[in-house]
Amino acid sequence: MDRVLFGDNQFFAVSHLSDEKSREQAIRFKDDATIIRVLDQAMEVGINTFMCTTHDRIANVCDHMRSNPEKYRNFNIFPCMPYAHKYANAVTDLGIIGTIKQYVPGNIFSAFTKGGVAFIRKDFISIMELLIDSEMKMFRGINTPVIFIQNVLVDMILGLKMFEVFKEYDSYIREKYNAEPGYITMNMPALLDTLNSIGIENPIICSSINKIGFRMSGGKDIYEKYLKEKTFRPIAMQVLAAGALRPKEAIEYLGKFPKIESVLFGASSKSHILETKELIEKHLV
Amino acid sequence: MIRAGIIGLGKMGLSHAAIVSPHPDVEMAAVCDTSSLILDAFKKFSKVNVYSDYIKMIDKEKLDCVVIATPTRFHYPIVKYALNNGIHTFCEKPFSLSTKEGEELLTLANQKFLVTQVGYHNHFIGTFRELKRLLEAEIIGELVHFNGEAYGPVVTKEKGGTWRSDPIEGGGCLFDYASHVINLIQEIIGRPVKAKGTLLKKIYSKQVEDAVYSVLTLDTGLSGVLLVNWSDETYRKMSTSLTLQGKKGKIICDATEIKIYLKEENTNENLGKGWTIKYITDLAIPVNFYLRGEEYSAQIDNFIQCVIERKQTDVNSFEQALYTDKVIELLIADSKN
Repeated sequence: MDRVLFGDNQFFAVSHLSDEKSREQAIRFKDDATIIRVLDQAMEVGINTFMCTTHDRIANVCDHMRSNPEKYRNFNIFPCMPYAHKYANAVTDLGIIGTIKQYVPGNIFSAFTKGGVAFIRKDFISIMELLIDSEMKMFRGINTPVIFIQNVLVDMILGLKMFEVFKEYDSYIREKYNAEPGYITMNMPALLDTLNSIGIENPIICSSINKIGFRMSGGKDIYEKYLKEKTFRPIAMQVLAAGALRPKEAIEYLGKFPKIESVLFGASSKSHILETKELIEKHLV
Repeated sequence: MIRAGIIGLGKMGLSHAAIVSPHPDVEMAAVCDTSSLILDAFKKFSKVNVYSDYIKMIDKEKLDCVVIATPTRFHYPIVKYALNNGIHTFCEKPFSLSTKEGEELLTLANQKFLVTQVGYHNHFIGTFRELKRLLEAEIIGELVHFNGEAYGPVVTKEKGGTWRSDPIEGGGCLFDYASHVINLIQEIIGRPVKAKGTLLKKIYSKQVEDAVYSVLTLDTGLSGVLLVNWSDETYRKMSTSLTLQGKKGKIICDATEIKIYLKEENTNENLGKGWTIKYITDLAIPVNFYLRGEEYSAQIDNFIQCVIERKQTDVNSFEQALYTDKVIELLIADSKN
């Protein structure tokens, strides 16, 4: 994995600090061309990985990359699935089964009859695989060496203790996509323990890591202990704590943990992108 | 260990189950839902006992507490059954569809000395807590006006078919989105006693309203405006805010930040003249397990702590939630005038 991963929150009006800022971003990135321009600026300063949700608009960015294969030949995308709000809003509107029917191609709930009673076949692992395939379709022909599940789903499965699902996800991503599975979480220590307990060793885990302990569930101390003592491949996100920290002090803090492989950040201007990238390369050796 | 069960495994029920289960003082013993798809998933992947009938679950499982997250219409019979069996009860919002039923449940809970709570989770967001504290300290002086607002993209086209689009089941923007705002207004600013000019507007839904607008008068005499629309796709997710205008300044508060404008410096609060912004990063309630927002875990932590200590919650009690139901009735009555 590259040291520096470029994120996509700024493109999709995700601000953990201000609804007003969200709206400004939504207006600024109304056109896909504006997103592509900022991505190109990130490439110009030497960033080669874009970590992004499977938002509908990313499909347009992928189309652009496919039509310029030479330019993006060495560029990687780390998809993060699913784009949760798409499903969350659909569940409120259509219910859980309605949502699955809407997003899973074909008729997943094929009915069969047994003793005159209609049953619905419920093959959960197939549903999961079909959902992954439908989310991955937009990345056809693009390098996707690491594929993540979003924190809302990881943490839901973790909380419900349905650990078998992680195992199935892990092997499906390796086998079908020849990629490394990754996990985004707000509960890093609990997730790492869980993955180890089901035989998943040295996983890629992306979690909040910042000086003020923001969104580090269970507290900063246990995160620091795990970063020092455990075996895994950490990616730091929310390093600026949604903007509460200045970039310099934020990145200096990460320098205390040599195990951190990559830092995920998003920015909208070339000067900010360059400044943060240089800080990361200076402090994380 | 506290033995817990979850009744209703929709979006909120699954989220509650995922938060209750890792709680260090809780054993999540059983879940109940009418969807065989959901129950089969629990059977296949988890170790909890599954039920399609809440009566059987309550009769068999010897639970200390339940979390009820069914469509609102079922709150009354299920809460009643749980309380009658001596089980501490967390119920999703809104509390009930008729205040008569709500009154009965409140009386029953009080008679049985059981711990109860309702899921108005905004009170566990640090910014709204800070707003309440600042208003109690009267930092913007005598209040002259408020706006309570919520917008989001739930129903953005003319189809859909869950209980949320059915008025009999407790669907519609008034029970869903607007109840949150009414509850915030009532607990942070003052209790609404009068509604005027109420508009329940259909936008895409056929049977229920998608927007709620009303002029409210509070028990303090203060008046203000309620503005709620769940068919606004310019918002990525639900966005709730309160704006207070006072004689000495103004406060705008949402889930991520609280913006304070003061005409004069306030030395007690260390707030300068003009704008000060406080962020959720400094105000969030720390939690051990995070899913979708600190507030969802913090409200369950509060409920479990109350169960352990056998004390009543001072946030989100049945009485407070019932008052919100009364305001909803006021709005419905006024909209028909």
